[in-house]
Amino acid sequence: MKRIAVLSCVLLAACSQSAPVARNTGVYLLLDTSGTYRAELSKAQDVILYTLSKLEPTDSFAVARIDTGSFSEKNIIAKATFDERPSAANAQKRVFAEKVKDFIARSNASQYTDITGGLLQAVEFLNEKQPGRKTILLFSDLDQDLQKGYVRDVEVPFKGFQVVALNVVKLRKDNYDPREYLARLDHWKQEVEKSGGEWRVVNDLDHLDGVL
Amino acid sequence: MPTNLLLAITPWPAISAVIWVVLLVAVLYLARNTAHQAIRTASGAIARGMRIAAHSVRQAQDRLAARNREVLLAAGREAKERMVEREFMRVSETVRKDLANYPHLHRALSEAITQIEKDHQGAVEVPPDPPGWVKAVETVSKIEAKNGANEVLSDIHKSVVKAHKEAMDAYRDASAERHELLRAMMPRWRDVQEILSTVDKKVEGLLARLGIIDRHMQEYEAIVKGEDKAVSVLSSSSLVHFFVSAMVLFVAIGGAAINFTLIARPMAEMVGGTSFIGVFKTADIAALVIIMVEISMGLFLMESLRITRLFPVISALPDKMRTRMIYITFTILLLLASVEAGLAYMREVLLQDELSTSAILRGGEPQVSNQFLWITTAAQMGMGFILPFALTFVAIPLETFVHSLRTVLGLLGIGLLRATSLILRVLSSGFRHLGTLTERVYDLPLFVPLWLESRWSARSPRAEAAEVAPAHAAREEDLREVAS
Repeated sequence: MKRIAVLSCVLLAACSQSAPVARNTGVYLLLDTSGTYRAELSKAQDVILYTLSKLEPTDSFAVARIDTGSFSEKNIIAKATFDERPSAANAQKRVFAEKVKDFIARSNASQYTDITGGLLQAVEFLNEKQPGRKTILLFSDLDQDLQKGYVRDVEVPFKGFQVVALNVVKLRKDNYDPREYLARLDHWKQEVEKSGGEWRVVNDLDHLDGVL
Repeated sequence: MPTNLLLAITPWPAISAVIWVVLLVAVLYLARNTAHQAIRTASGAIARGMRIAAHSVRQAQDRLAARNREVLLAAGREAKERMVEREFMRVSETVRKDLANYPHLHRALSEAITQIEKDHQGAVEVPPDPPGWVKAVETVSKIEAKNGANEVLSDIHKSVVKAHKEAMDAYRDASAERHELLRAMMPRWRDVQEILSTVDKKVEGLLARLGIIDRHMQEYEAIVKGEDKAVSVLSSSSLVHFFVSAMVLFVAIGGAAINFTLIARPMAEMVGGTSFIGVFKTADIAALVIIMVEISMGLFLMESLRITRLFPVISALPDKMRTRMIYITFTILLLLASVEAGLAYMREVLLQDELSTSAILRGGEPQVSNQFLWITTAAQMGMGFILPFALTFVAIPLETFVHSLRTVLGLLGIGLLRATSLILRVLSSGFRHLGTLTERVYDLPLFVPLWLESRWSARSPRAEAAEVAPAHAAREEDLREVAS
């Protein structure tokens, strides 16, 4: 009966003259490669593979590293907009997974951590792709450490974005003073929500079901 | 507060209450006739309205029943005509075939009989020649022995013995020849018997078919006459047809759903996996359209073959055009079935590809190909190819369903109207009684003035008669209403 209902609904849908709505998803994953966080990259690979398995044809996905200067296309490790055909999309996913695997195997630790630059790059990338849902996955300890000369005092336009901080580990100093950890989380939450974005924190990587 | 005010008309609330009660009873008593009339008019109006409504619902029910009866009889008539026509065609075919064969049969029978007659003639026993030497023996026996009679007799004896031997030999030969002829007659008798039994069987078959035609004709006559028994039989068979065809259609819907599952996934490879029409995936809609087109082609094929008669236009087409249509619809169906088989194969390939990718994304190795995979692939392809043709036969239960649906809906409508009519009649009667009850309830607080009135009336019989008459009339009217 469900199948029969489809046809009748098609006619109704065909009659309604609404503008086409993008239903695809755009995901930009930022990988923190700073010295303190590099050890967590193997977990990041699992998150990337999970994300790949969840994405569908016409979705866009990019993985970029956060290093000293992250506001650059050069930081993008792998990116793809999956083909409409499921078979082609599967092939793209396999290539993507291979690229990420290579990167994690040979990546070097960066001295500084430019999270804002990475977020700006993510927003630009996803705005260009114009997906229906825009998600930025931030795989970092959220401890921004800018090199002298880098100006990141800009408001990132997060309107329409969902920013998910993943695996926000506690630093050694956080153990002495947990307020620093909480302050870091609060700072980024305010940064995102101030410009109209949605903020989430997921530290249990075994439960990523609701993220995408 | 208002109660307090009412009770404050005298310094004693109890007396105030009594005064109010007396006043109220007085007012009610004075307004009694008017109130009764109002109650009676209101309840009567509602009851009459309901009765009229019930009456018109009943009329609608009768009209629907008559219409349903007409539809049922027309459908039955058509079905019987088709049956009788088919039986006549079968009889015609049998007669044509047998009559075409009849000269050959007759010749074979005649030849067999002629041969039998000839053999019979040949087998007749020829009586032996009368012995010519008997008189000679008598004459010789009268001659004296010395005249050489003994020698003559001895010669005669020898001749007789020899002649006897020759005669016996000839007789034996003739008997053997006759037996041979009689033996040769056996297969001819069997041929004749076989031919006659074949004829007997055919004639019996023809008679049986004629018996069936007779039965159909009797039923047809009953339908044409519009007999209740015929309507009842048609009605019950219509219900049976409805449920059976509904069940078969349900099975067919299951088949269509499986068909849909087989082709929806690979359709995404053709029309894209994420394009939408409205809120539905284009791939799903495309798969559904293919199935619908297959069912439509099946319907047209069945119509062109004159197995179903849903589209009179197709049935009325010239035979040449109809034959062309058969070929065209069958070709389209074949192509669609082939496409489906291809898509079913593609489905399996995609499934394996997806499983392999999933395995990689889970961090494992790509799946090793299963050596028995060809079985599921072949099964899916087979189903993809066969299901479109199987769905073609949906036309038959669909036709039965559509035809029986008219009758079943009619029966349901009749039942609904009958129930509505009954409810309206009950309500009508209920309102009538409610009016009477309201009158009695109205009179309840007036028992004192009414008692006084009855005592007063008892003194003047005319007044009582004048009072009672309208009440009787009203009660009789009530009874009539209830009875109607």
